[in-house]
Amino acid sequence: MQANTLALFAGIGALLALASLIGFVLKWRCRGADNPVIDNLNARINAWWVMVAVLGGAFWLGHGAVILLFCAVSFFALREFITLTPTRGSDYPALVAAFYFVLPAQYLLITYDWYGLFSIFIPVYVFLLLPILAAFGGDTTAFLERAAKVQWGTMIAVFCISHVPALLNLDIPDYAGRNLLLIAWLVLVVQLSDVLQYVCGKLLGKRRIAPRLSPSKTVEGFAGGIALASLTGAALYWITPFDVWQAALIALIVTLLGFFGGLVMSAIKRDRGVKDWGHMIEGHGGMLDRLDSVCFAAPVFFHLLRWGWA
Amino acid sequence: MNDPQIPPPGEDLPAAPTPCSRPSRAQRLLAWPITGFARLLTGARSLWRGCAPEPKQRIYFANHCSHADFVLLWSSLPPALRARTRPVAGADYWQRDALRRFLIHRVFHGVLIDRELHDRHSNPLQPLLDALAGGDSLILFPEGTRNPGEGLLPFKSGLYRLARTCPQVELMPVWIANLNRVMPKGRVLPLPLLCTVTFGAPLSLGPGEGKEAFLARARETLLNLAMEAD
Repeated sequence: MQANTLALFAGIGALLALASLIGFVLKWRCRGADNPVIDNLNARINAWWVMVAVLGGAFWLGHGAVILLFCAVSFFALREFITLTPTRGSDYPALVAAFYFVLPAQYLLITYDWYGLFSIFIPVYVFLLLPILAAFGGDTTAFLERAAKVQWGTMIAVFCISHVPALLNLDIPDYAGRNLLLIAWLVLVVQLSDVLQYVCGKLLGKRRIAPRLSPSKTVEGFAGGIALASLTGAALYWITPFDVWQAALIALIVTLLGFFGGLVMSAIKRDRGVKDWGHMIEGHGGMLDRLDSVCFAAPVFFHLLRWGWA
Repeated sequence: MNDPQIPPPGEDLPAAPTPCSRPSRAQRLLAWPITGFARLLTGARSLWRGCAPEPKQRIYFANHCSHADFVLLWSSLPPALRARTRPVAGADYWQRDALRRFLIHRVFHGVLIDRELHDRHSNPLQPLLDALAGGDSLILFPEGTRNPGEGLLPFKSGLYRLARTCPQVELMPVWIANLNRVMPKGRVLPLPLLCTVTFGAPLSLGPGEGKEAFLARARETLLNLAMEAD
């Protein structure tokens, strides 16, 4: 692992240690009284330790492990998506194809760096294939709606998330061998933005942005979170191929996309009448609850880099 | 996690023939990949709503929509309880070939019930009573057959007769959600979708409660659990 990567993970470790300490002090000040907000905060911090350790382990093992990790992430995300959006019996062939063919195929295309097919496989070919498979079932009830659900699930959970490991394939002059740091920077900035929006919202939040979609998102949380995460992104310019101003601007773009991603995904959850996508990550909900912002930020980040730097 | 000590069966049980042997280490090793796969595929979540996973003698009764039902319910129990809990399954289906016979006897340690009643003079529930007398818990699907639709079919009378004969055994309603989408009838490849197994509060036969009333109440309890779990 590179010195930069080690420094970055040491920094994240220090940040988490501080968070754990704060969590511990808050819990101690309650003196055994139940406080769901603090319990949830501590559960979230503990889950962060695990998530950072898993990502760090994959980084240490190399590119193959990172691709495999995100393949698993896509699998869990797709499973949550399809579980929450009911399908009918005749969607079975389309769902089998989505899980057992589309998902592995997309990640194989990344492994073999076939960009030409990777970028259009799901939006063009799978978009046509899935409704064809569903049509064989002969069930016309809510056909368009069902076709859209399966397609959208694969777009969000497989296509969008696969752009994170796809960053490994970018050929950036004077940046060879450091592509893992692009993943680290993207994930860190977007996730930090989520955390800071949560923290700023809890501390200062008054005016709700979209009470019907997400009661916890406030103007204060949004502004504070986005600004602080963009600043952090700029301060970490030394691990990216960007200069300070480029890093700040790109951080602003990905955090904004992350915010809107969270908004869209919570609209789906509200429509289905649930609070979380799943129960996989203690304190956070499901895989998609944690990754909704990354889903929206990753493809745009990938293409910005591809057009401007590769 | 759980105290592996299982209390001996009640004193007032009918005299039992030889209690069934416990599954061996090799059998448990065989069951492990199957339960592990079921849990991995469905992200199985057990919700203990009305009770805790205690080592009591129980009859778990659940909705039946897939062949994988008892595997998932069985997998949702802590290992110590799982070792003493046996699925009740139809002999006609499981005796059909060597592989199924091996699985149901050697791996799942199931109790087979003769749904077609070959011997008119024997009590079809006798194998279940024997297993209960041996101290085991049971997994039972009172609908009697797989239900491809929503809700529940009417219950067969077995649950009532067991409740009357063995009043010391707790009757646990269990709702298995979403598994019908994982493995729809007639399909081979399971879909990875999240499932929830919800355990409700134990039920017992009321004093003087008749068969029809009890079965309707048990069915109602299970349906309510489904609504809560949703």
